[in-house]
Amino acid sequence: MRELADLFVKSIFINNMIFAYFLGMCSYLAVSKKVSTAVGLGAAVIFVLLITVPLNYLLNTYVLGPGALAWLDDGFADVDLSFLSFIMFIATIASMVQLVEMVVERFSPALYGSLGIFLPLIAVNCAILGASLFMQQLNFTSVLKPVVYGLGSGIGWFLAIVALAAIREKMRYANVPAPLRGLGITFILTGLMAIGFMSFGGIEIGGDTHQEKPDQQGVVAKKGEKSDARKGTVAYESPLNK
Amino acid sequence: MAEAAVKTEVKREPLFSRRNRRLVTDPFNDNNPITVQVLGICSALAVTAKLVPAIVMALSVTVVIAFGNVVIASIRNLIPNRIRIIVQLVVVAALVILVDQVLRAFAYDISKQLSVFVGLIITNCIIMGRLEAFALGNTPWRSFLDGVGNGAGYGLILVIVAFFRELLGSGTLFGFPVLGKSTPGQETGLFAMGYHNNGFMLLAPMALIVVGVIIWVQRSFNGKLIEKN
Repeated sequence: MRELADLFVKSIFINNMIFAYFLGMCSYLAVSKKVSTAVGLGAAVIFVLLITVPLNYLLNTYVLGPGALAWLDDGFADVDLSFLSFIMFIATIASMVQLVEMVVERFSPALYGSLGIFLPLIAVNCAILGASLFMQQLNFTSVLKPVVYGLGSGIGWFLAIVALAAIREKMRYANVPAPLRGLGITFILTGLMAIGFMSFGGIEIGGDTHQEKPDQQGVVAKKGEKSDARKGTVAYESPLNK
Repeated sequence: MAEAAVKTEVKREPLFSRRNRRLVTDPFNDNNPITVQVLGICSALAVTAKLVPAIVMALSVTVVIAFGNVVIASIRNLIPNRIRIIVQLVVVAALVILVDQVLRAFAYDISKQLSVFVGLIITNCIIMGRLEAFALGNTPWRSFLDGVGNGAGYGLILVIVAFFRELLGSGTLFGFPVLGKSTPGQETGLFAMGYHNNGFMLLAPMALIVVGVIIWVQRSFNGKLIEKN
């Protein structure tokens, strides 16, 4: 239970899809002009992530991973289909998005109208595929974890886009230098927000799990960068200490 | 009849006509995929802490986009409109698997560094965007040029961002210590004079700010790109 809560908080704040990994930036920048549309798209992303991450987890555990087909027959125990994972994941995602699109069109035509072209584009939102690929590297042990991970990543994305949309609505009253207007200032805003979110990285969460560490390549690479940066700051401080 | 044949001969444009050359050169400035079309930001920011991965990434994307464009343009009249996104995804995913396997075979370290971002080329908006906007309505050769141009325009921004991030963040270029060695105790070059790396440049947020500044500079030189707001 505690591990799940951990994973949830981490995936929202520390490993935020936008601010830590820059995933799903295209729709993030394009749909963040109005809060109401941003809320709609954010909700759609949460929903799609919540479905696709566990689905892809099952696919990975029982079909694609090394030795995953062992339940079929002992002869399949050394079959490794993981090179197919990209195409299988994206097929799952594309079909789920199609389904969500049909459901939204049926039950909320207003939302369907306002999301417009962006609903089919969720299929090619990097955050969705990215969550599945990170899931593959995190080596989850139970099916609950990918559920929590998908939900957390979705909520993190939702928070990010709603916050940016709110800031951009206010930015309309600011006098931004002409060449920086629109896209440029949005980039800088996102950068500043990401710096803000970095402060969550310092949070120590009690039940830091040990079993996830060795295989967290994506995260380790990020940590590598961070430790490099720390070296930089240490080098900066050392002359002062002398 | 003979006249008609001659006329079609005349209408065929040379492989590198001015119109076709513009397909390659436009994405460098007026129609840059990152700074103007706002496509493919995700991977652009995540792989630019060092120059080498950035260049490998740019090459991979260029290969995928150019050949994806060719494939889709060749079968564009056979694809039913309703399922075109899935068809495009399958073509792109197949190409990305090829690129991924090649990288793993010949550049394993870089493939490790890029981790999931190779897979994320599939959902790189540049690729889907160009397939939708260009390859579905043009001939394979023109689509190929468009793909190469957009891949190069994307690579250009990647290289600029990575140049500044690596130079200011680690004091190296392509891994060579151009500003001198920074090992404590035996500094050389600038570091001996008290210069220090700005570790902040290596972190994620600075990539966004560097791209923001690039957009700023580009738009101050190229007034027609300024948004009306």
